[in-house]
Amino acid sequence: MSRVLIAEDLYLLRDGLVHLLQAHGFSVVAAVESGPELLSGLLELRPDVSIVDVRLPPTFTDEGLQAALAARKQVPGLPVLVLSQHVEQLYARELLADGSGAIGYLLKDRVFNAEQFIDAVRRVAAGGTAMDPEVIAKLLASNARREPLAELTPREREVLEAMAEGRSNAAISQRLYLSESAVAKHTASIFAKLGLAPSDDDNRRVLAVLAYLNSR
Amino acid sequence: MLRRYGQVLTLLALILVQVPAIVLTAVMLLLSFALGMVFLFPSQAIMVRRLAQLHRRLIRQWTGIEIDRPYLPEPPPPIPQPDGMYRSERTLYKTPRVPAWNNRWKWLVGDPATWRDEVWLLLDPTVKATLIPLFIVLPERGLRVYVSWCELLLAATAASRLAGQVSHLRRTRNLAADSQAAEMRRIERDLHDGTQARLVAIGMTLGAVEQLVEDNPAAAKALLAKARDASSETLTELRRVIRGIHPPVLAERGLADAVRALAIDSPLEVSVDVELPHRPEAPVEAAVYFAVSELLSNAARHGDARTANVDLSVKDADLRVTVTDDGLGGADPAKGSGLVGIERRLAAFDGVLALNSPVGGPTTVTMDLPRVLPDHWAGNLPRMPRWKAATVVILWATAWCPTFPQGIVAAIFKIFGIDEKTWFLALHLPEVWQWPVIAGMITLGVLMHVMAIRIPATHDRERWMREATPTKPWCP
Repeated sequence: MSRVLIAEDLYLLRDGLVHLLQAHGFSVVAAVESGPELLSGLLELRPDVSIVDVRLPPTFTDEGLQAALAARKQVPGLPVLVLSQHVEQLYARELLADGSGAIGYLLKDRVFNAEQFIDAVRRVAAGGTAMDPEVIAKLLASNARREPLAELTPREREVLEAMAEGRSNAAISQRLYLSESAVAKHTASIFAKLGLAPSDDDNRRVLAVLAYLNSR
Repeated sequence: MLRRYGQVLTLLALILVQVPAIVLTAVMLLLSFALGMVFLFPSQAIMVRRLAQLHRRLIRQWTGIEIDRPYLPEPPPPIPQPDGMYRSERTLYKTPRVPAWNNRWKWLVGDPATWRDEVWLLLDPTVKATLIPLFIVLPERGLRVYVSWCELLLAATAASRLAGQVSHLRRTRNLAADSQAAEMRRIERDLHDGTQARLVAIGMTLGAVEQLVEDNPAAAKALLAKARDASSETLTELRRVIRGIHPPVLAERGLADAVRALAIDSPLEVSVDVELPHRPEAPVEAAVYFAVSELLSNAARHGDARTANVDLSVKDADLRVTVTDDGLGGADPAKGSGLVGIERRLAAFDGVLALNSPVGGPTTVTMDLPRVLPDHWAGNLPRMPRWKAATVVILWATAWCPTFPQGIVAAIFKIFGIDEKTWFLALHLPEVWQWPVIAGMITLGVLMHVMAIRIPATHDRERWMREATPTKPWCP
């Protein structure tokens, strides 16, 4: 059973998250509501995965994000899923910067879809990534004028988007109604066009794509 | 050297204009006030102003010393009442001519600068003539002496600066209030047409679910999914509105990172150079953020640019923002790009926008926001020159001597008839001199104290003037 830490200052949402996660077989080891509590919780409890709101007391700025970054600096690869009312590419870059994976960055509304949200939590706990589709859309939009990206076929772009969100080949094939081998073919072609070294490991592959998109 | 002689000669030649002007002024003033031909006064005052302004300009060109215009701002044209009449005091007029003339008269007569100009004109030829020997021997020094004479009467007083500032502030306040109101209306419309309408739709869907849930669970489930999607859309919409009010990243991270976030989001390749030791005030941050955002999107949309550079730098308490792109150029604020809006936003902080956009590019926009950062950031609060600091120290170190022992204590000895002279100078003098010397000592001591306080307070004229308020509008 995965041990989860929740950091969220709104009581309703915190409570909702606790119930949701417990219903899906997680054990909630702590539910905190401020930045300092979060940091000490992360470092002492070393939860299998943490769900962290960006804005937390006392300053209501990016307290949660800073605590998560600080904790991951001391414990590289500590799985953290960051939730926010808005997504910024700047924050996504900072979260991905250490390249160790086990990171998620989602809009708070994604909680509405329990199934997908739990899937994202599991992915992060397992060392994968979960990037919000909106982050990926912005990332692709700001990369739109780059040469190799413009050469991708529409189908390859769809696969790239899904891959950048952190999905495995199996999940992508389900979502796009493709066979897994077709997805594998597309990813190979994408990697060739972007000039990236192919990798069989799902997580490595995702990180490589995100690093590429963020490299500008 | 030769150039200086040329300048001095020009100054002296101007006497030939000034002397007839003095005669004319005297005649016109006499006619205006003694014979009631008041219509002569404004043209007379304007003539003197032109002469004074000419001298200010020459001095600026030759020595680089700026003598500000001291005049009060010109009165605005009269505004008709609802019935189309123009009011001046208690009288109504059909045309604006008389009220306008009255305002102009009051503006000229009531402005102390008008009379300072007249005095300057009257004395200036004499001063120039007196300086001729100095002009010949040391033209450089002579010019400097002449400039300080002109500064005495032609420079702006704190009062006239205050008056100018008041009218400037009134204008910028109106601009700021207007753009604020427009902003509010836009937000209201966004919330009303978007968010509110969507929430109503969600509420109705949920109502329908309530009725269906027992008889037709499948349909109810489908409706619930729809309501969930609608709430997601509402949130997306709300995020867009919030971004327009105050971008979250600005609130969370401050200007530097917010501009970096803008650069990342832009389709252009944007490099950012930020040199900001602390966070400026929130309104300044917001104005700069929206200006940079607008300029970057302009560059991407109209300018066909590929790369851009944003540079934020601080000089003393001034903030300078430069946005450069390699687009087609030819941007024109008159063609209704967002530049006018940016200018309006910046005007609230006395900020100015300079656009350099030749056809073919590159486009450079420089925004200067003077004195928007706290003074202590600058780190170089005006320092006194060493001799002044030394004088102040010496004054503080010695002022006690004449004040207390030589003055007050000696006076007490004398009042109570204590027959002890010790080292009190006054008591060693003949009887008649004793009281005057004691009084003189006390005066000297007090004066020394006053000087010790006043020198540091007034040494920086700029700062002195800037800090003037209506209750202490010091004159130079």
